[in-house]
Order: sequence, then C-alpha cells, then structure tokens
Amino acid sequence: MGIFEFILMSFPILLAIAVVFVRDLLAATVVFLVYSLIMAIVFTQLKAPDVALTEAAVGAGITTLLFIVTIAKTTRREEDD
Amino acid sequence: MTTIVIKTIARVLVPFLQLFGFYIIVHGPVSPGGGFQGGVIVGASMILLALSYDLSSAEDRASHKVRIIMDSTGALLFAGIGLLCLLVGGVFLEYGIIPLPMAPAEVRGLMILLVGVAIGIHIMALAASLFLHLAEEHDT
Repeated sequence: MGIFEFILMSFPILLAIAVVFVRDLLAATVVFLVYSLIMAIVFTQLKAPDVALTEAAVGAGITTLLFIVTIAKTTRREEDD
Repeated sequence: MTTIVIKTIARVLVPFLQLFGFYIIVHGPVSPGGGFQGGVIVGASMILLALSYDLSSAEDRASHKVRIIMDSTGALLFAGIGLLCLLVGGVFLEYGIIPLPMAPAEVRGLMILLVGVAIGIHIMALAASLFLHLAEEHDT
C-alpha cells in the first residue's frame, strides 16, 4: 500500500470520528458530505466506479440535502451548549 | 436567499444535468452507472431547481400527480418484465427465454436496458419526491 492510499484511507476514518464530535449539526452535515466525497474517491481507487457514482450522487447529494432540510425545519431544544 | 447569479447558473445547469442522467441510464449496460445512479441525478436536477428558484416552480414541472404516475410506471414496468419471463416459462427476470425474433444475447441486452430505464423512471420520481415532500410547508 503506497503513501497516497494510506492518506486516502485515513481521511474517511478521521472524518467519521469528526462527525460524532462536531457539536453544530450543520457543520456535522458538511463534514459528512466531505466524508462521502472522499469515500467516492476511495471507491474509484478500488476499481468500483459503480459504487463511487452511487456514493457521490446519493451520499454527497441527496442525503446532505435531506439532512439540511431536516435541520432547517426542526429546532434545537437542548439546554447545554 | 436566491440571487440572479444562482438562478441563471441553475437554469443553464439543469438541462445538462438531466441529459447526463439520461446518458447514465441508457449507458447502464455498457458503462459504470445504471438506472439508479442516473435516476438520482435526474431527480437531483429537480431538487436544484427547487433550491435555486422555489418549491412551487419545481412543483409546476414535476407535480405530485406526475411523480406518482412515473413512480408507478417504473415499478410496473420492472415487475411486468419480470412476470413476462414467468409467463413464457422461465424464472423471474430470466431475460433470455422471452420469444423475440433476435438472438438470445440480444434479447438479454434489450431487456437489461429496459429494466434499467424502468428503474431510472422510478428513482427519478422518488428522489424528487423525497425532497419536495420533506421541504413543503406543513400546517402544524
């Protein structure tokens, strides 16, 4: 495994951990969008362009939009910030 | 807030996005992609329209009734091709057995394309419906 693959594979792990720890929901959604885009590149590297296309269209496009609409239509009721 | 820049870019981008989606659907058997991926891209073009203009302009172009009809048409076409194989004596989606005046390999290729188009019609209505139903105003 080359250094490029190592960096590419470590990005989704770091981003997946970051999604959990980011407090702001909109920021978490954007981090998740970046995670999906990096995963699409990883799938292309693994010679699975079909899965990469699905990940880019559904994971980065539709899912993010649905999350953003849901955040816009709901309110936060937690006490702690 | 939508500005004239966003509206112009969206108006230019939406036809090419839909053309790209249809290209992916009909090239499903020979290249990466297929009915699902192309359908999601065509559905995302309607979402882009709803985001850049407003919900009602997207609703004008793909109304609830049209989406329901497209959704049902895709599902029925898929199930119909599968059941046609059952009727002529094969198993579900066994394309090669359909009696057309062609070589079995050509029949298989044609039916894979038709199933891809059916899935594409189903998914493009579904992807637009998911967003438009979630984003529409509910009187709570």
